[in-house]
Amino acid sequence: MPGIHPARVPAHGGSMKPTDTNDPDYFHKVVDCQWACPAHTPVPEYIRLIAQGRYTDAYMLNRRSNVFPGILGRVCDRPCEPACRRTRVEDEPVAICRLKRVAADHRDEVKDLISQKPETTNGRKIALIGAGPASLTVANDLAPLGYECTIFEAMHRPGGLMISNIPSFRLPEEVLDEEIDYILDMGVELKTNHRIDSLKALVDEGYDAVFVGSGAPKGKDLNLEGREEADANIHIGIDWLESVAFEHIDKIGEKVLIIGVGNTAMDCCRSSLRLGSTDVKVMARKPRNFFKASPWELEDAEDENIEILVNHSPKRFVLEGGKLVGMEFELMEYDLDEAGNITDTRNAGTTIIPCDDVILAIGQENSFPWIERDMGIEFGKWDMPVVDETTHQSSLPQVFFGGDAAFGPKNIIWAVEHGHQTAISIHKHCEGQSVADRPARGVNLQSAKMGVNEWRYSNAFDASQRRDMETVELVNRFKDLKTEVELGFSAEQMATEVQRCLNCDVQTVFEAPLCKECDACIDICPVDCLTMTDNGEEADLRTRLKLPSTNTDQALYVSAPLPDTGRVMVKDEDLCLHCGLCAERCPTAAWDMQDATIFIPHVTSDDRETANPVAAE
Amino acid sequence: MTSMSKPLIDKHLKKNKLGLTIRDYEGGMSTLCAGCGHDSVTAALVQAFWELSLAPESAAKVSGIGCSSKTTAYFMGQSSGINCVHGRMPSVATGANAVNGDLHYIGISGDGDSLSIGFGQFAHAMRRNLNMLYIIENNGVYGLTKGQFSAAADIGTKSKRGIVNEQPPIDPCVQALTLGAGFVGRAFSGDKSQLVPLIQAGLMHKGFAVIDVISPCVTFNDHKGSTKSYAHTFKYYHPMIHADFVAHADEITGDYSKDGVMDVTLHDGGMLRLRKTGDDYDPRDRGQAIETLMNPSDEAAIRTGLLYLNEDMAEMHDANALPDTPLNKLPFDTLNPGRAALASLQKRYR
Repeated sequence: MPGIHPARVPAHGGSMKPTDTNDPDYFHKVVDCQWACPAHTPVPEYIRLIAQGRYTDAYMLNRRSNVFPGILGRVCDRPCEPACRRTRVEDEPVAICRLKRVAADHRDEVKDLISQKPETTNGRKIALIGAGPASLTVANDLAPLGYECTIFEAMHRPGGLMISNIPSFRLPEEVLDEEIDYILDMGVELKTNHRIDSLKALVDEGYDAVFVGSGAPKGKDLNLEGREEADANIHIGIDWLESVAFEHIDKIGEKVLIIGVGNTAMDCCRSSLRLGSTDVKVMARKPRNFFKASPWELEDAEDENIEILVNHSPKRFVLEGGKLVGMEFELMEYDLDEAGNITDTRNAGTTIIPCDDVILAIGQENSFPWIERDMGIEFGKWDMPVVDETTHQSSLPQVFFGGDAAFGPKNIIWAVEHGHQTAISIHKHCEGQSVADRPARGVNLQSAKMGVNEWRYSNAFDASQRRDMETVELVNRFKDLKTEVELGFSAEQMATEVQRCLNCDVQTVFEAPLCKECDACIDICPVDCLTMTDNGEEADLRTRLKLPSTNTDQALYVSAPLPDTGRVMVKDEDLCLHCGLCAERCPTAAWDMQDATIFIPHVTSDDRETANPVAAE
Repeated sequence: MTSMSKPLIDKHLKKNKLGLTIRDYEGGMSTLCAGCGHDSVTAALVQAFWELSLAPESAAKVSGIGCSSKTTAYFMGQSSGINCVHGRMPSVATGANAVNGDLHYIGISGDGDSLSIGFGQFAHAMRRNLNMLYIIENNGVYGLTKGQFSAAADIGTKSKRGIVNEQPPIDPCVQALTLGAGFVGRAFSGDKSQLVPLIQAGLMHKGFAVIDVISPCVTFNDHKGSTKSYAHTFKYYHPMIHADFVAHADEITGDYSKDGVMDVTLHDGGMLRLRKTGDDYDPRDRGQAIETLMNPSDEAAIRTGLLYLNEDMAEMHDANALPDTPLNKLPFDTLNPGRAALASLQKRYR
């Protein structure tokens, strides 16, 4: 029986419990970008600061969670963007990554706002292996507390893969150096050209903790016929990029084949163009939807007229007179099912593609020849150390792993998060506390109401396309390896792009006892995300909403029973655009828009803050 | 009022048979108080028209004066409408209908507009059996003049300032039944599952269809002691019968039990499927309808649903042999047959 009937008997056995909005993860998950970011950067908050012209504040807010806003604003893997709520209503997400760069580009001097070298140390010594983003983050978190951090770096300068593997036309050296210097200036000692050949020897030096942040430095090889004979013209991608970065290599042949289609392949092909190649082809074994490279990196490469050939599986290197002249590929054919999975593979002949050089960019792996297997660190599958996923502790209590060294190749933002978590662990380890006992997250809700239908955020939904960043013209790009391609956002582009953010951290919060059940919120909602109905099991409830709810990754916000009918208010978090019209049309303020600050603890967080995030006034 | 208009986001919306989304049936942004029942009635009208796949420009919206009468601006923005003199909407509707019967006439009125100043007009529209849907958005007060009791206020209901009403109310449904309306319903703005099919059936009914919608005034009549508040209406809400409207072209499906189901075919071929809700109530029995409303067994219960339906009455066009073709579509020669025709007409009166 549809409709409201006071005498009705609940038709459904089970029912959902009212949503606990004090659970720090509940509203956090609604902020899709922040939830998707490994370091949980509060994206909407810093975009609002940018909109207000508070670039320095936006930069510092970023720095708290991701440590390298200028670097990440250019080269982050952007897990936030595919998650962005804007894609629910338009094709393209907010240009989150590029707005981060805006904060970095326009900030004032921030040195005084960043932790300085403490006057005294706490006497505890920490060794960090590898000067990449993971080690630098650990040092960034621990040095201000008085820890004496020493970073050992095999190369002649710090940065790890950020310097060796990311070409400077994407990430200028000044940007890199500036953000690394903020950390080194905290009194962190850096020993360059200092390769660690024995972890045992280092541990025996008596450090209170040792952090392994040495990355995944070994590029995969392709042992096909002709590999050894043509060695002079076959390069391992990440090693080649490193040699280019350090100017050991300054040219390459005219015709270059890149094997593999991940982000390293994109850097290799674009670097080749800048070293004199005129014909660069990227060879993919599978169809386009299997490409590992981020869509925007593919786009950037294709903009530079890089050709990507699909369904070519490498067979052998072709030599003439002892010199590489081409490569033979098997032409593949794939049958795909509806979900896009390969169901069958066929071989449709072979082809030879001429080339002068081949760059292999088919992945990288970890390699720990310098860790003694008898020193108490347990190794598991694929000869990887056994590392706790939360604490980053190895089976030798004072040794911790983070970044690509911990769980294989990921990306910079993951390395940063590993650094934050390991810093917490190292601190607890040194304090004699249980490393498994993690500081709690929190959520602080504060009404965004300023007056009648006035909010502390811009709630008007503005339909507008994502702004494309201006770039250097193609003819000028290839003259110099160091010419940065992207120019940053103009004021107009920035103003438009910040308005595309939907402010998902300004949450719709519902107080059931205040509700009159007048339907006003349901009638006004532009995306039909609200329903008042009988409670039920989640699966059943999802079928009875105003729009059927199909994305089970997103929660249903279920209220306590409503005063007059005992129904519940249900909101499908998947659809909501946080426009606040429900709160504007609500006669009793049962719906309110509240700014949810998600508290993500770091080792530098105040203990009281960690235990009890301040309650809303 | 809201700070902005409802953004148009239609990526997720279903389309009806005309390929239109429900948003194509909306009108201007409401300027009524937040939480006004009238906005829910507006939303129900939008939903009803969209579901029926009627062209968004096919309505003629007529109203008088009052909060209710403002709402014609908030739905079917592509249709014509007129906001006319207080209580005189039925006359304007009659004139418009007489010259163009092709549109769906929707009159939106309130308890003041229909039961006080326009009471006589309301009665004569029924007497003429004007082919229209006449909705009374009934909140028991004059909201636009700050909450005085209207003619629909119940005995014993309290004003916002605590004054008790002593005068008996006029029940528009009882009036409609005694005056011979062929379609009489009562609904509540807080229950669209009942209101939307009633609106659809009323639109498809050939003749005068009146729906008295209890539509609380959130500002002046939604307090404790009011008998037209949301809380009071929810508490005493009593659907007599449930109506589902099945459009002519729809496949008639459903596996619910035939027990207690009454199917009534409407003039356009659409069908009303009436389901009993526990009362032994047949909305085709006018005597029973009047008896139920005037001598209720439970004084407090607010009886809702389709209270009376008679599909066998001649509407105004049929009864008066008016032309089927709208006057604006008749050729000039037919509309103006000339001096000779006038002379022969006048001869009859000499």
